[in-house]
Amino acid sequence: MTTMTDPPQGSFRLSMLLYDTRYRSMTFQAIALLTLIVAIAYLTNNLLVNLAAQGLNISYGFLADPAGYDIDQRLIEYDNQMSHSRAALVGVLNTLLVAFLACMMATIFGVIAGVLRLSKNWLVSKLMAFYVEIFRNIPVLIWIIIIYTIMTAVLPPPNAFRGDNATSSMLMDMFAFTNRGIYLPAPVWGPGSMVVVAVFIASVFGVFAYRRYAKTLLYSTGQLLPTGWPSLVILLVPTILMYFIMGRPVGLDTPALQGFNFRGGIKVGAPLIALWFALSIYTGAFIAENVRAGIQAVSKGQTEAAGALGLRPGRIMNLVVLPQALRVIIPPLISQYLNITKNSSLAIAVGYMDITGTLGGITLNQTGRAIECVLLLMLFYLTISLSISAIMNVYNNSVKLKER
Amino acid sequence: MKKSVFLGALTVAGLAAGAAAAGTLDDVKARGTLNCGVTTGLVGFAAPDANGEWKGFDVSVCRAVAAAVLGDATAVEFVPTTGKTRFTALASGEIDMLARNTTWTFSRDVDLKFTFVGVNYYDGQGFMVPKALGVSSAKELDGATVCVQTGTTTELNLADFFRANNISYDPVPIETNAEGQQQYLAGACDTYTTDASGLAATRATFENPGEHALLPEIISKEPLGPLVRHGDDEWGDVVRWTLNALITAEELGVTSANVNEMASGSTNPEVKRLLGTEGTLGEMLGLDADWAMRAISSQGNYGEIFATTIGEETPIALSRGLNAQWTNGGLIYSPPFR
Repeated sequence: MTTMTDPPQGSFRLSMLLYDTRYRSMTFQAIALLTLIVAIAYLTNNLLVNLAAQGLNISYGFLADPAGYDIDQRLIEYDNQMSHSRAALVGVLNTLLVAFLACMMATIFGVIAGVLRLSKNWLVSKLMAFYVEIFRNIPVLIWIIIIYTIMTAVLPPPNAFRGDNATSSMLMDMFAFTNRGIYLPAPVWGPGSMVVVAVFIASVFGVFAYRRYAKTLLYSTGQLLPTGWPSLVILLVPTILMYFIMGRPVGLDTPALQGFNFRGGIKVGAPLIALWFALSIYTGAFIAENVRAGIQAVSKGQTEAAGALGLRPGRIMNLVVLPQALRVIIPPLISQYLNITKNSSLAIAVGYMDITGTLGGITLNQTGRAIECVLLLMLFYLTISLSISAIMNVYNNSVKLKER
Repeated sequence: MKKSVFLGALTVAGLAAGAAAAGTLDDVKARGTLNCGVTTGLVGFAAPDANGEWKGFDVSVCRAVAAAVLGDATAVEFVPTTGKTRFTALASGEIDMLARNTTWTFSRDVDLKFTFVGVNYYDGQGFMVPKALGVSSAKELDGATVCVQTGTTTELNLADFFRANNISYDPVPIETNAEGQQQYLAGACDTYTTDASGLAATRATFENPGEHALLPEIISKEPLGPLVRHGDDEWGDVVRWTLNALITAEELGVTSANVNEMASGSTNPEVKRLLGTEGTLGEMLGLDADWAMRAISSQGNYGEIFATTIGEETPIALSRGLNAQWTNGGLIYSPPFR
């Protein structure tokens, strides 16, 4: 008979939770977590009990009821007999529209201003410094209101275009700048127009294919093909040819003064323009600083080495400095895009019907379902922000320094 | 950090909900001031004057309630509310009563859980246009751009009116009356629509009021009145009967000038009951006997308030119309003090 002795094991005693440094911090964290859960549970319960006591029940049934109000700037079909959820969708699309437009324009403003701020030209760099400091240090709400007020006060009302002695006239008989918004010609898609569009899309791919071909040819054989004018030819010539072959199927619907307003064409409302422009110049100033920081983070040796290889300054910036600067620029750029999206909720100040204006404004008010509407709003902004963040992170991963 | 903000918000929500359940009359007495929600500024109805003192038709209702409950017509904290914030402010207990030309509707009364204590102005929605526009009827407004305050019944009436007449319009949503005025004057909208009284009040502040006309169509019924939260009937009674006291005072000929001598000298039993020299009406309300007398002597009766704030002698120049006493063919009618 053999006796097996277990190896000595440190037996776990309850007191070790307090006295043993290995476990102590876990004990305290567990206690803290428990307290937090209890506190949140108590407060949530308190909230629900009080809501019930006030006779406020959470219900989303109102979303199916007819909204009863109209929205002038919209991307999809909508009238006042459609449901509150449809109105909310109009608002969602309006939010996305202004956020998208403002992100694009802010990036353009920001990159130009950021690069120019580092210019050796004293006047240019000081002008850009002036732009950055003025625009980022005044709240964006003020900018929105200023631009909107200036637009409504300075631009002529539609009736200034009327009559024989009109004080205003349309630009090229196509564009009308009024204090209610800008009217642009709208394309009219006739039969066969889809072929033209398809050809155009194919041309765009063709341009990319040609440029890739030119690049591989350059790397493999050293033969340099021109890319500028052939790209333009590939892009435009087939489309224009097809346009005439199909018998000019794409027409223009130009705005014209009818009754009280311009009719026809595309109306870009004054609130949208004010919001778009204000968000762009405001956030552009922040992006300019990000771009400047990114460029300055690229070692000067890179510029000098590129110069020693004989690259021209423009190419040094485009081919050597900016690609490396991007990995410093992108992460803060993500948060600027998020800021634009969230700041677009200031649309309410100028009556642009974004999601805050429709669901969080009129619907909330007409139905009195404040808690429900605000919860939906929070969910929407959270989803959008996290999506933008996710997309930009994918992009960031593609441009960041590859460590091999 | 984020968690603590969240917890804080929950706590505030919980506390506010708790506070709202207590008796408002006791709260107001304990606080010593009345929190009254008014507009952000509509001349004649509620707007601060040159000295920063709130004046107007709705303001007088607030002051009358303060005089009745607290004995001091100036013990009112005016909380300016927009069309969108007013109901939240009232429901959350931030204000004790709302006197902000608010239309009494079914869903506000029933679904939003408010109690409308009466009507102090019978209004209807109208349109204002520049005379230069050459429009004489609202039905000619096909395709017009219309400035409308968001979150109001006006917005819904507007949609209904245009739909019923099968004509189209572009809405320009605005937040406050001042904003609407600015947009309208800049020509960013062809017409401005809100309650006819509000249009008259707004027009009165224009540089050239004569260049603007109100269209003849009144497209809705807008009974405007003060409201309180549902479920606190004692407080609702106080506000309701203060308003009724002002109306009854006009009917019985009690004015701010003669209220004292009427109280001692009148032989009319209803005047005596109203002014507290007979009966115990004040006690039933949870107030003292002089409550109505204080309200009337500080603000005047309904007719006096109307005349000094929005009447024909004022720049707003509204006639009594529907808002005359029932004895004069109007709709203003108070249940008896008995």
